[in-house]
Amino acid sequence: MSLIELHYDVPGDDFTRAGEASGSVKAQLKKLGFDPGVIRNVVIALYEGEINMVIHAGGGEIDVSIDPDQIRMVLRDHGPGIPDVALAMQEGYSTAPDNVRALGFGAGMGLPNIKKYTDEMRIDTEIGVGTTMYLRVDVKN
Amino acid sequence: MTVREFAALQNLQVLVEGDLSREIGGGYCGDLLSWVMSRAQSDDCWFTVMGNVNAVAVSVLADCACIVLCENAALDEDAKTKAREQGVNVLTSEENAYTLAVSLGKAL
Repeated sequence: MSLIELHYDVPGDDFTRAGEASGSVKAQLKKLGFDPGVIRNVVIALYEGEINMVIHAGGGEIDVSIDPDQIRMVLRDHGPGIPDVALAMQEGYSTAPDNVRALGFGAGMGLPNIKKYTDEMRIDTEIGVGTTMYLRVDVKN
Repeated sequence: MTVREFAALQNLQVLVEGDLSREIGGGYCGDLLSWVMSRAQSDDCWFTVMGNVNAVAVSVLADCACIVLCENAALDEDAKTKAREQGVNVLTSEENAYTLAVSLGKAL
């Protein structure tokens, strides 16, 4: 059992609400006195994950476990799955449609950013079933 | 320099007033939201043409001092609402990002 456990439902195709989970987690971590660098890493990874859920998967769920030494996040969706994870991890590769690009997303930086700002990133994905991403950010002294 | 002082210096119009007494620590220019979020620093004045609700979210998450919409780029209605809710300073100018960033750089 972690110190604090948070759960969020991310609605699909609703860009106006994307970022609510990240914002809430940011506020919690701030309140708990976490280092701004740690908060930044968590928030960037989480927001990219939220946006991916909205763009590609019709929404999903996020669980965040906060402990003094690490923050763990599980992002689960029931979207189409990722056919080629290695390709999706390449900076600049994107399958986002034009309307999403016009909003300032779809630059192919989502998954690379998540990897860059976390200490562990694991993706379980199955075509037609969905994707679950396990993320961990360590609190380094 | 505060957001209010920079607004006066560059004749920026305030579209949403959060905390105009907030100090500006630096500046960042960019329109790709993932790029900006991972690179803009806390207290930056963010120059962009992205006036949508996601830009407001990125500003909050990156902890920018304000958003300056360059070249009279529009602020969407739902973005305005979200900025009000979140207390985000949003300003606008007819100048481009280069001109505004140079001005800020000289002033800081």
